Amino acid sequence: MSPENYLHLSALLFTIGACGVLLRRNAIVVFMSIELMLNAANLALVTFSRMHGNLDGQIMAFFVMVVAAAEVVVGLAIIVMVYRSRHSASVDDASLMKL
Amino acid sequence: MSTLTALSSLAAETSTSGGEAAQFWILAPIAVAGGLGTVLMRRAVYSALCLAGTMVILALFYLANGAYFLGVVQIVVYTGAVMMLFLFVLMLVGVSAADSLKETLKGQRLITAGFGLGLGILLIAGIGQASVGSFTGLAEANAQGNVQGLASLLFTRYMVAFEVTGVLLTVAAVGATMLTHREKIERSKSQREQSEERVKDGTQVPPLPAPGVYARHNAVDIPGLLPDGTPSPLTVSATLQERGQVREVHHEAMGSLAALEQRTADHQNRPGSVSGALGPGARPERESNRGESGSTRTTDATGTAGDDGDSDGAEEAGK
Amino acid sequence: MESLIGLLVAAPLLGAAVLLVGGRRLDRFGHWLATGLAALSFTFAAVLFFDMLGREGADRALSQHLYSWVPVADFQADIAFQLDQLSMTFVLLITSVGTLIHLYSIGYMEHDVRRRRFFAYLNLFLAAMLVLVLADNYLLLYVGWEGVGLASFLLIGFWQHKPSAATAAKKAFVVNRVGDIGLAIAIFLMFSTFGTFAFGPVLGSAEQASEGTLTAIGLMLLLAACGKSAQVPLQSWLGDAMEGPTPVSALIHAATMVTAGVYLVVRSGAIFDGAPDAQTVVVIVGAVTLLFGAIVGCAKDDIKKALAGSTMSQIGYMMLATGLGPIGYVFAIMHLVTHGFFKAGLFLGAGSVMHGMNDEVDMRRYGGLRKYMPVTFVTFGLGYLAIIGFPYLSGFFSKDEIIYAAFAKGGTEGWILGGVTLLGAALTAFYMTRIMLLTFFGEKRWQRDAEGNEPHPHESPKSMTIPMIVLAVGSVGAGFFFNLNHNFVDWLSPVVPTADGDSPISHGMVSVAATVLMLVGVGAAWLQYGRRPVPEVAPTGRWITRAARRDLLQDDFNHAAFVTPGNYLTRGLVYVDHKLVDGVVNGTAAMFGGLSGRLRKTQNGFARSYAASMFGGAAILIAVTLLMRAV
Repeated sequence: MSPENYLHLSALLFTIGACGVLLRRNAIVVFMSIELMLNAANLALVTFSRMHGNLDGQIMAFFVMVVAAAEVVVGLAIIVMVYRSRHSASVDDASLMKL
Repeated sequence: MSTLTALSSLAAETSTSGGEAAQFWILAPIAVAGGLGTVLMRRAVYSALCLAGTMVILALFYLANGAYFLGVVQIVVYTGAVMMLFLFVLMLVGVSAADSLKETLKGQRLITAGFGLGLGILLIAGIGQASVGSFTGLAEANAQGNVQGLASLLFTRYMVAFEVTGVLLTVAAVGATMLTHREKIERSKSQREQSEERVKDGTQVPPLPAPGVYARHNAVDIPGLLPDGTPSPLTVSATLQERGQVREVHHEAMGSLAALEQRTADHQNRPGSVSGALGPGARPERESNRGESGSTRTTDATGTAGDDGDSDGAEEAGK
Repeated sequence: MESLIGLLVAAPLLGAAVLLVGGRRLDRFGHWLATGLAALSFTFAAVLFFDMLGREGADRALSQHLYSWVPVADFQADIAFQLDQLSMTFVLLITSVGTLIHLYSIGYMEHDVRRRRFFAYLNLFLAAMLVLVLADNYLLLYVGWEGVGLASFLLIGFWQHKPSAATAAKKAFVVNRVGDIGLAIAIFLMFSTFGTFAFGPVLGSAEQASEGTLTAIGLMLLLAACGKSAQVPLQSWLGDAMEGPTPVSALIHAATMVTAGVYLVVRSGAIFDGAPDAQTVVVIVGAVTLLFGAIVGCAKDDIKKALAGSTMSQIGYMMLATGLGPIGYVFAIMHLVTHGFFKAGLFLGAGSVMHGMNDEVDMRRYGGLRKYMPVTFVTFGLGYLAIIGFPYLSGFFSKDEIIYAAFAKGGTEGWILGGVTLLGAALTAFYMTRIMLLTFFGEKRWQRDAEGNEPHPHESPKSMTIPMIVLAVGSVGAGFFFNLNHNFVDWLSPVVPTADGDSPISHGMVSVAATVLMLVGVGAAWLQYGRRPVPEVAPTGRWITRAARRDLLQDDFNHAAFVTPGNYLTRGLVYVDHKLVDGVVNGTAAMFGGLSGRLRKTQNGFARSYAASMFGGAAILIAVTLLMRAV
């Protein structure tokens, strides 16, 4: 078992998440894709931690989790707000800045 | 759970064991499938569930990599709390908001495919180029236990970052509360005022009609029929209509009515046809606003009600 | 003792601040507060003066360093005062005449609703003028210089509801700015030459600078002096400045502020001593203004404008004397002080006459007022005798000394300058006698004004007559006192360089000649205005009279020389601005507008599209990083 396997998996999940962000119109699904990307990054961090034999990578992953949690809270609140005022959770509907 | 933990801890200790490889090759495809599901599922709820699955598998990988604390946190916080939050919001926003996968932006799919492929190749290439080597193992770092090791780092070297994250969480909580809090700026209407308003606006004043109750069908997803045999959209919940989960029985009713009319006509020897009397144009238009404030799905329902009943049902079933 | 110097300035400054900030509640007693503070300032000045008398000549100067205003590396500007004999002379003149005029204004401005504000401005003027004469460096002097300019502007335009007053204030302000630029440039030059602008170092090391530099500094200082002291060619504002209330004309535009230019030149004597060319220009300016002002004064029918012409002429005398160098400095200052007394007295007299005549200023509508205003008549008369140089009154001593110094210049120049000053003496006698005769003698010629009110000439209240009496006493006695045992020369000699000239004619001959010419002037005026009745409408007169009535065409000249070309230049610039500058700017804007319009098409407003761009960017960054590592 080599760390490369985990890292490849991490890269794959990250790319899938990124594609999700670009493809989906539902803001909640976009958000979930972002979470997927964060998790992929966490997997890489944890792998690095084990690879180097110290815990700093895990600490990083821990902080990523905390920040992600905060982000989810605020992001979902914003989605709820937008939904309330526009009755839609589609990110494409929020294109009013364009002339 | 305990067997999983045992398996993963075994894997962590013997870093290059065949057990871990087996675990990886079994779980990794599932994780990828979960990720793809998240992105590709049409309904957001399914996406959420796929994501939860991926997260659980990632938790197992954490455990396998010796990150016991993170593995548990991943399950408890991510899968347990964050994903549930997602589901809550999904319910709040409305599960009916089915998201078609039809791309509206020209070239977006192509660009995404290109960039996704490019990024993936680049990442793989980057990993391949780096001298990754093999695992050092966390036996030493975890000597006093993973949680203790993390704690001693967290409260010494990463103290400031830890405190700042604490502040960040507080701010996020307050911010979310503030964002979703709605200030009531006018007095809520009394029942009398509401009813008077309804009469003035000419909306549905009496209670809405019940769904259809028939000899063979007795459920909320079956619309009641108007005297002319057409289904009334007012009788079924708007959410069900939105989801396309309305079962319609009026075809049979219309059919038997038409047959009855035909037989009567035959019997009396005079020409007559149900379709002539009961065409779509003859059906009286109805206001279908239920008086529930702020529900737009009822407006959609009005649109549906305006269509021909037959094709409407077929279309929704097709979805 | 030193700390009193700051208080000297602080008292009127406080008054100005309190009166301006205090608002209407001070209306009842604000004028008394202002007058009291002016008197307090005078008291401090008197204490300092007697303290100064108690010391020997060279030790008399005091200095007070308040604080460092701009301490930046080599650029050290201090708020510091220096009180030497020259400053002391001015301080006494300013505070004493200032206090008297405050007192006078209480009566004069009694019916003005904005009296409190008037007194605030007067106090502000006192403070600024004291800063001007007490400063120990040119930068602080500049502060005072601008301060008096501001006060002058505010007070000329005090009756701003009259368009003529507002215009006059603006004119004075603009013309003064021209001079102020000169002072600013002079200070720049000083700093670049000497690295400082404190009086001591600059004047002490003036000899080491090249003559060219000194000439440049001197000419710039002269420009400043011309602006402030209404000398040719920046003289045009003084006549119009008479639109201000009469006490203002007396204090600012006769006794103190307009003499600031003379102070500046005398103070910078060391610079002018090293620049003979600049001195020559000073003399020429003085001589030209002397005759210019006198001629204008002969033709004006407005009593205040006639006196303004006289002021211009008398300052021309002082300027001429300062241009003569050490032989003239002391006498310039002496004439300045005596002139401060008698001209302030004359203006106050004129104000008193106007007060009694419903603000009529046309002398052709006065006449025979000596019976109605005896006190005014006597005080005005004493001032009159002083200014025309009646033997043993103030003007006689100070003016004769200047005439003598002019002759002492030597050579042809000396004869020309002497002739000019003597001619000026004759003209002075002529126009002053004319004013005197038109106002106080002859038949009464006053008429109903526009509203049909017949003027009832009457003597002014005590608060106005007392200052006039005091000033008249000063006009009579100052010159004699100054000349006694060379009092004034000895007093100033430690700080102002003095020298005895080598005159081709003796003192006695000068006095005789001046007196004779004075009598000629008086006689000519009597023939013109005393013996014959005065027509109520001015006769057309000869071309010189008509030109003099129009201030010798100074405004026409300015208009032709500056305003018209300026307008054309502005029009040209506007054209260039519109076509060329705007064209380039608008063209650039249009270009970017067009480009942006095209670029905008890539902005579709969809967040996902932007996310794709970011994604691509990130991918490219990673690619670049990898490539860099690979290379």
